[in-house]
Amino acid sequence: MGLVYALVLVMGLALTAWIGVQTLGLYYLFGVLIPYTAMLIFFLGILFRLIKWARIPNPFPIPTTGGQQKSLSWIKHARLDNPFTQGEAFLRLLSEIFLFRSLFRNLSSRLETQNPSLTFSSAKWLWLFAIVFHYAFILTVFRHLRFFTNPVPWAVKTAEALDGWLEVGIPEVLISGVVLLLAVTLLMARRLLISKLRYISLLNDYFPLFLLMGIAGTGALMRYVFGIDAAGAKQLAMGLVSFKPVIPGNIGSLFFVHLFLVCTLLAYFPFSKLMHPVGIFLSPTRTMPNNSRAVHHENPWNYPVKFHTYPAYEAEFHEKMTEAGIPLDETAPHLKGKD
Amino acid sequence: MTNKLPKPEELAQIHWDMPASAWMDTPAVLREGMYCHGVQGKNIEALGMPNPRDWRVEDDDWQLPDDWYNIVMEGLRERLHRFRSLQIFMDICVRCGACADKCHFFIGSGDPKNMPVLRAELLRSVYRHDFTKAGRIMGKMVGARKLTKAVIREWWYYFFQCSECRRCSLFCPYGIDTAEITILGRELLNLLGLNIDWIGAAVAKCHHVGNHIGMEPQTFKESILFLCDDIEEITGVKIEPSFNRKGAEILFVTSSGDFYADPGIFTCMGYLMLFHQLGLDYTWSTYAAEGGNFGFFTSHEVAKLLNAKMYAEAERLGVKFILGGECGHMWRVIHQYMGTMNGPPGFLETPVSPITGTRFDHAASTKAVHICEFTSDLVHQNKIKLDPSRNDHLNVTFHDSCNVARGMGLLEEPRYLIKKTCNHFYEMPEETIRERTFCCGSGAGLHAGEDMELRMRGGFPRANAVRGVRDLHDVNTLACICAIDRAAFPALMDYWAPEVGVMGIHELLGNALVMDGETERSLNLRGEGLPQKPQKDPDVEKSSSSEATPEAEGK
Repeated sequence: MGLVYALVLVMGLALTAWIGVQTLGLYYLFGVLIPYTAMLIFFLGILFRLIKWARIPNPFPIPTTGGQQKSLSWIKHARLDNPFTQGEAFLRLLSEIFLFRSLFRNLSSRLETQNPSLTFSSAKWLWLFAIVFHYAFILTVFRHLRFFTNPVPWAVKTAEALDGWLEVGIPEVLISGVVLLLAVTLLMARRLLISKLRYISLLNDYFPLFLLMGIAGTGALMRYVFGIDAAGAKQLAMGLVSFKPVIPGNIGSLFFVHLFLVCTLLAYFPFSKLMHPVGIFLSPTRTMPNNSRAVHHENPWNYPVKFHTYPAYEAEFHEKMTEAGIPLDETAPHLKGKD
Repeated sequence: MTNKLPKPEELAQIHWDMPASAWMDTPAVLREGMYCHGVQGKNIEALGMPNPRDWRVEDDDWQLPDDWYNIVMEGLRERLHRFRSLQIFMDICVRCGACADKCHFFIGSGDPKNMPVLRAELLRSVYRHDFTKAGRIMGKMVGARKLTKAVIREWWYYFFQCSECRRCSLFCPYGIDTAEITILGRELLNLLGLNIDWIGAAVAKCHHVGNHIGMEPQTFKESILFLCDDIEEITGVKIEPSFNRKGAEILFVTSSGDFYADPGIFTCMGYLMLFHQLGLDYTWSTYAAEGGNFGFFTSHEVAKLLNAKMYAEAERLGVKFILGGECGHMWRVIHQYMGTMNGPPGFLETPVSPITGTRFDHAASTKAVHICEFTSDLVHQNKIKLDPSRNDHLNVTFHDSCNVARGMGLLEEPRYLIKKTCNHFYEMPEETIRERTFCCGSGAGLHAGEDMELRMRGGFPRANAVRGVRDLHDVNTLACICAIDRAAFPALMDYWAPEVGVMGIHELLGNALVMDGETERSLNLRGEGLPQKPQKDPDVEKSSSSEATPEAEGK
């Protein structure tokens, strides 16, 4: 159900932009007002969410340890998987962010019900799709800086040149975009084909995937099929970043569909699961070092509790303890029986 | 209940197919054998916890307080402000599914709500409904639902089908930890008086008497002395431990499983023998007798309340540091919570082994050392004499307990001790050990009798791996360093992997330990015959096989 809603939603959004521009000529709305609003929501949304998260304390040190602790000097300590210092914990976090280390551990389990047995095999597909998707996404976003900068920085040009190393097609095919589309499709296929995944998937999961497909798809259509006025697109982009918005004539409606879907993604980002790259920086099981016995960790809302004290205990068991020859506390009042 | 337990072949007919109806439209069916009895009123009352009354899980009416809805919602709001883990874990799950088949309860039951991601969604859906705009407006479409009494039942059923083992957390790309969800979910349930009695009763006893089984001081002392008598019978060495002794250097604490029931008591005998041999200046405490902490399975507050006794007693007795026995969740609490909850203990000193002089700097703040760390150091520095051939009839494998594996990282110390005390050690498949270890299926207070089917299902992945090494290497001993393991595994092994015994590391050590003034050992700590030593006489050639003699396997 979520799947259908998500698809309809994304198609509806695309259609809205198309009609808005093509039929109603709302260029200023879709070219200026909405992009500014989306950017504002994106940055402020992330900021507010980040502040909200960061203000909540980590009452207890709860890292998930994935290797040998630091204990005796002659036992090899797994610094990355069981970090002892803040620095080691940061390295662990980097390995999660750049290499998706935990996902790399993924296993698939196989169950044999006759003569019951359970076997495991490495399952790196999810890791592969995910890492390919994220790097292709980053590279694609980075390439787009050519629209927002003048002159285009060397790094952006180089990235684009490298991205087109296949040197096929006119204009030449940029690998990152193709890979991005492919990876998103694979992630979607996985969600639809694996029954467990289909069972847990929500609108919230399908929607960003369709949105990304729409964005990458319209991007590809513009570049390879219909063509748009790239100079005009750049003029609009430069106008936006220099706060002197202009609407150049005739960029093509497809561009506005692309832009509107990007704006939707930006505005949706802070309120959705897409916040995961921000959240991982604050995820206590991955950011905290495992040194809780060596370094005191303070819980800001720690409060005293009324535990059963020794004097109360001794008062109750006084006679039994005396009889059993268990030493008593001189300072405790020698009460008879229960108090 | 146990007699209703299906046969292993029947239980093994597990299917991971997903139901046709969406999970939110599939009401939880509370199946007998898969849950524990509800907590009794007196045990709720013992700690002054909310809504004390007797109730039955089978009843339609769980006698919730009138404003149960607000209590839970307010409780959730409060916890979202107090635990960054909860807020982050509610917000960033992408439902990638990496955790789905990592949970032993899902593997063994095929129930989709045992997939860690769905277990969290049970709570997350309610969170979305009341704490996010999208959820408030779009409802079910975005995975949001209103809290109802049916949801409470569902929470209760599934939060008590999680053993807080954190295996899913290891595989999660963001480290989302279902243990946090379960711990806090159970806290919310406890606001309504919805614990299970196996936990609630243990907590009440521990609070009042000092240990989970309600053993009074004189009985506690008797039990330890009883073990000392057995040791004397077996080794000829008389041991006289002290109790509640002021001025001792070390306070020794272990979980009640070790001084209460077979096979934990044999591990306890190992501690007693080792400490005696070392001439260690230590004391037991009858007041802070319990190392385990079922409060941790109830709420953070109850965990703190029970744990507080340990430092209080250490201060009263004037010891220098705390030495802790073999236990899983006890060590999760000591390692990750105790210092924060009840420390820092300025009255204690950084632990230094009085035998080797090794400073345990990694415990410089909490001042608590794990017995396996302590003993590994002794063995490494040749301070004790071991005769591993006394364990030659044992083919040993090792189960990493979840809590010390993924909440501490105590992986090598126990292996080192096994290798020094036994000659035949075989690892289980690597996907099932160390940080990737599988739970015994009975952790987090679920090792009751009435939920035996749940335990056998949850323990299936672990047992399956044990059976693998049993068939491959004739493994007959499952070593572990957790009291719940020792309590839970015998039944699990009988069910899935018969003829594998369960043993603590310090039982292996006690058997191998050469004590001053001991008589020649002919019995192990269980009173069974030891393997015959190969005859020294050169003309007895037939004893060339150093394999265990069949009769040494004992009863």
